[in-house]
Amino acid sequence: MNRLYTWVARSHWGSLLILAVVLLIVFPLALDNFRINLVGKYLTYGFVAVGLVMLWGYGGVLSLGQGVFFGLGGYCMAMFLKLEASDPITTKIQSTPGIPDFMDWNQLTHLPFWWEPFHSLTFTLIAVIAVPTLLAFIIGFAMFKRRVGGVYFAIITQAVALILAVLIIGQQGYTGGVNGMTDLKTLKGWDVRTDSAKYVLYFVNAMLLIGAIALCANIQRSKLGVLLLAMRDKEDRVRFSGYDVASFKIFSFCLAAGLCGIGGAMFALQVGFMSPSFVGIVPSIEMVIFAAVGGRMSLVGAVYGTLLVNFAKTYFSEIFPELWLFLMAALFIGVVMAFPDGLAGVYESHVKPWFKRRRQSSAAQRVMAPAAIQPHSSAAAIERQNHKNPPYTAPLPEVRP
Amino acid sequence: MTAAEIFNIFAMQGFAGLSLFSVLLLMGLGLAIIFGQMGVINMAHGEFMTIGAYTIFLFSSLTENYAPAFSQHYFLVAILAAFLFAFLVGYLVEFALIQYLYRRPLDTLLATWGLSLGMQQIFRSTFGAKEVSPTLPNWLMGSVTPAAGLDIPINGMFVMALTLFVTGLVFLLLYRSRWGLRVRATVANRAMANATGIDTRKTDRLTFAIGCGIAGVAGAAFTTIGSTGPTSGSLYIVDAFLVVTFGGTASLLGTIASAFGIAQTQSISEFFLTGSMAKVLTLLLVVTILMFRPQGLFAAKIRR
Repeated sequence: MNRLYTWVARSHWGSLLILAVVLLIVFPLALDNFRINLVGKYLTYGFVAVGLVMLWGYGGVLSLGQGVFFGLGGYCMAMFLKLEASDPITTKIQSTPGIPDFMDWNQLTHLPFWWEPFHSLTFTLIAVIAVPTLLAFIIGFAMFKRRVGGVYFAIITQAVALILAVLIIGQQGYTGGVNGMTDLKTLKGWDVRTDSAKYVLYFVNAMLLIGAIALCANIQRSKLGVLLLAMRDKEDRVRFSGYDVASFKIFSFCLAAGLCGIGGAMFALQVGFMSPSFVGIVPSIEMVIFAAVGGRMSLVGAVYGTLLVNFAKTYFSEIFPELWLFLMAALFIGVVMAFPDGLAGVYESHVKPWFKRRRQSSAAQRVMAPAAIQPHSSAAAIERQNHKNPPYTAPLPEVRP
Repeated sequence: MTAAEIFNIFAMQGFAGLSLFSVLLLMGLGLAIIFGQMGVINMAHGEFMTIGAYTIFLFSSLTENYAPAFSQHYFLVAILAAFLFAFLVGYLVEFALIQYLYRRPLDTLLATWGLSLGMQQIFRSTFGAKEVSPTLPNWLMGSVTPAAGLDIPINGMFVMALTLFVTGLVFLLLYRSRWGLRVRATVANRAMANATGIDTRKTDRLTFAIGCGIAGVAGAAFTTIGSTGPTSGSLYIVDAFLVVTFGGTASLLGTIASAFGIAQTQSISEFFLTGSMAKVLTLLLVVTILMFRPQGLFAAKIRR
């Protein structure tokens, strides 16, 4: 048991393990079906937040258009589900049976050619990741190769979000317009609207998210992650060292976009519809705040941030709808002014040193040898600690055997 | 359709574009000062415009209820008030929020977005969620008909004149006044400006406030061509940012040119396409051009 503990602590997988326990064991046991479905919906935003940690926290590039990729992934999935839901038998009252209902309402008489491939699940699953990634590649290639970054990138991605939202709303006959794609029913005959299906989807969702975090954590620890970090802090120095900065930025943008696509597709499955209200400017910026609240540098923190903000949103907009926007405003300003590293930052600066003090004081009590105690605590933490309260003065009760 | 009719349609559509151009330019001018000169991304800029618009509405309903005799004259005073209100709020915001964030532009973006959400909710709680319109004085109503079938609305011309006046004033202030000199010095080299005795903190505050004040005037102009709701301003924020970026951030001339280009493209294509497709086409065009020419139309000649 002790060996397992040290392995987990050493290998940095501890926080992910805790998240997995919370998502896969605690939530399913503690929450009813309705709430689980809600958490499932929030977890789909978690993909976006995790992507933003890689792109914004590590890459230093803030995109305000993540809703675009979330939406594209979601629409790809929704198109497949919609096609399956509108087979000729169920839609025989339409003037053109066999096409989605909103097309019929908009006097379309045949399926547009770009809808055809979405009859195939394989194609859809590929498209869910490929379409957002491809768009991200095009935008990223055009922008980063010309060394456009920072603020300008944020503004242009925002414009892209506006364009896509207006386009989807405007092209009602092809996209379902403002209502989006509703009445999604089955996935290869499996009814996704039932409680049991939603329950299963929750687990799929959680596993995928944990997998995504593990993937990103691996990237962070690889040479690539170090380079991303270096690039964020001193872009010119990395460039002068001979690295092609633009391709690293393109990579993290594509990675974030692909994750958003998966999130969007899972959203379409879990919630059963997709609409332009998840594509435009407002949702895109809201997704940034999920990552900011959780901590823009922490993959796991981003998920907690997403859950927290969304729980707060649901709670407040049910009970005090007037107050919600004020709270949101306070959240944006507070995170920027007071907690630039979000929840994860608070954990690092307050909770972790507290734990360490506890452990140290109990160890000191036992060993009475103060020097051999801090093998892997960071220098800054020790310094801060020595400033605030000198160690070994107030022994706390023993916790671990 | 005869040639004269086609000409009339083009002229009127072009004039509608000019009204949009006016609002975009006024929004863009404020942003060009705040974003172009200071590098602060003010996502709440649209809300400063809304402040201006609601000020006009407030003055309109006040004169209507308490001093009906002034109902023909309140408008000019109200424009001044719109500027002042937005100026004051801008000054406060700089003092409370922006001054701590100059070194972190992306964080300014998030903080001011939060600010805009808060301001929208304040508008909603104060004026209601429904859109309101002030009662315009009679001399702003109606239209001029220089030729048969060609109607030029007076409010459009008024907005144009107002825009010309404000633009001229901004140019004058920025290039012929002490304040303008200080702003340009601070933008060019903050440390050096400080060393020559310019109080850059004070300059920043004043610059931000003036930018917000101009947004207030944009709101005043906006009331003559559309009705005001709590979220009216946020509808223009992306356009305004694109105007400034497209024109080249450090160039006022570029802002004017790009506001004109964007407004005319939008307005003319609106005649051939639906409104939403015209918007998509315009934005797509701007974004594509920006991808090939990221520094904008009129780039400042500086070393990066």
